[in-house]
Amino acid sequence: MRVKRFMHLLLPMVGVVLAVLAWWAASVMIPELPSPARTWQESKIYILQPLVKRGETDQGIALLAYYSLLRVAQGFLLGIMIGTPVGFLLGVSPLLCRMFDPLMQVMRPISPLAWLPLGLVLFQKSETAALFAIAVCSMWPTIINTMVGVRAIPQDYWNVAKVLRLSKTTTFLKIIVPATLPYMFTGYRLSLGIAWLVIVASEMLTGAPGVGGFLWQEYNSLIYAHILLAIITIGVIGFVLDRLMGLAEARLRAA
Amino acid sequence: MPFIEVARVTKSYTAANGAIRPVLRGVSLSVQRGEFVCIVGAMGSGKSTLLSILAGLTRPDAGRVVIDGEPVDRVRADAAFVFQNYSLLPWLTAQENVRLAIEAAAPTLARQEQAARARRALEQVGLGTAVNRRPSQLSGGMRQRVAIARAFATDPELLFLDEPFGALDALTRETLQQDLVRLCSSTERPVTAVMITNSVEEAILLADWIVPMLPGPPATLGAPIRIQLPRPRSVAQLAHDEEASEVRAHVIATLTATLCVRARGSSMASPQDAIAARRLAAEESR
Ligand SMILES: Nc1ncnc2c1ncn2[C@@H]1O[C@H](COP(=O)(O)OP(=O)(O)OP(=O)(O)O)[C@@H](O)[C@H]1O
Ligand SMILES: [Mg+2]
Repeated sequence: MRVKRFMHLLLPMVGVVLAVLAWWAASVMIPELPSPARTWQESKIYILQPLVKRGETDQGIALLAYYSLLRVAQGFLLGIMIGTPVGFLLGVSPLLCRMFDPLMQVMRPISPLAWLPLGLVLFQKSETAALFAIAVCSMWPTIINTMVGVRAIPQDYWNVAKVLRLSKTTTFLKIIVPATLPYMFTGYRLSLGIAWLVIVASEMLTGAPGVGGFLWQEYNSLIYAHILLAIITIGVIGFVLDRLMGLAEARLRAA
Repeated sequence: MPFIEVARVTKSYTAANGAIRPVLRGVSLSVQRGEFVCIVGAMGSGKSTLLSILAGLTRPDAGRVVIDGEPVDRVRADAAFVFQNYSLLPWLTAQENVRLAIEAAAPTLARQEQAARARRALEQVGLGTAVNRRPSQLSGGMRQRVAIARAFATDPELLFLDEPFGALDALTRETLQQDLVRLCSSTERPVTAVMITNSVEEAILLADWIVPMLPGPPATLGAPIRIQLPRPRSVAQLAHDEEASEVRAHVIATLTATLCVRARGSSMASPQDAIAARRLAAEESR
């Protein structure tokens, strides 16, 4: 048991070390690519002083992440606030589902890079356009999972609702919502993942301060070490977000 | 006029591939007010389908169901249903499960009073100490007790039970059967009950009438058998009582007779037929 636990921690560490070695080897062969050591040297100021603000985009990594997370949170909340009720509607009504399913399948694969210009045209403001793009791109998993969750409610529960003569509201609150909750949360987790993917693209296009804005800025200033810093930060935050949602989901299933 | 009147009910299901599967054909049944009727039949023959038609959960393709003079087109307010599998809501406690039924039947009642009634209903079935437990924390027998408490919590006049004790061990089964009898006789109004079971023993214990369901497809109902054993009945007494033994023998004989008539009517090939056919085919191909 102890050995197993040890391996559980050790193996991912080995993976990370191997990846860093590969990175180092690549940096030896490609002069433009900063080595791991140089990346650390050039970007440690952002990590060691995470909350210092030196300029519009020249800020500690925690501050940059905070701006991005705030934007993601807003867009994500907007997305699930639209996606959840739509998912319930489509789940309850086969008619609506057949009406909108093809449309959804067409809209789902559209890239955030395509929604963003439309958002700029519609709202004129880059901040609003970014939220729009995040919301539109991230709501699909919520809609689809909520819909599937409602469909998956066993006939037994519908029969209970009929036999107890529950009102529509009570059926919704006491049966449909609790039965769908685990599916809904799976949808939320996937939606959050997408929202985080979209953030970088939208910040790059709108130049808003944040991890993605920073990445673009440093690319334009040719400081490649900072690009790597931004990439690693985006990955780590995405991972943490997914884990947190996963925990919430697991608690829900246990309850 | 009978309290429940079922006339020539027919029902088939359409499978996903479009094939029509007949389940019930020409089913008729009358139940007087206050009677306890047990429908006994083989697995998968259509018993649940019939019961859900009676309860207004499913619509028949043809025929009609009239209860207390009204055609059944939805679930009646004075009816309660105990399902084959427990059908408690797993996210609610035992008390909340029962309270949900009371809330739906008496929405104007104060929440606390609803909860108090739910608690009393659970005490009636011996679950006074488990009110705050979720179904997953209850044994199979306790879950079915909750389901029974939920059914009786709204003072039903009509009770539909779909193999309520099918999944329970013999001892639990027996106590729950007695609980059911007690609850049925403790109400002010007479309770009319239609129950599905696959146990002849259980049917003799509980029923005024036993109705055999003959497996199809489509299934049909056989002639009802009257059970006039004095009440209260108990499993122990039924095991020794001479009259009860006669009744049991009669019921089993009637059930097997009706089943046999059916089997003889169908064209089943004997092994000899099959061998003969194979030999013939072999000769022809030569
Ligand atoms: N909603 C449905 N759609 C299609 N077929 C159904 C449906 N409900 C039941 N059936 C089919 O109808 C037949 C009768 O089902 P039913 O549940 O009424 O039988 P039963 O006698 O209650 O069986 P059991 O002993 O398993 O409870 C079965 O073959 C079943 O597969
Ligand atoms: Mg059944």
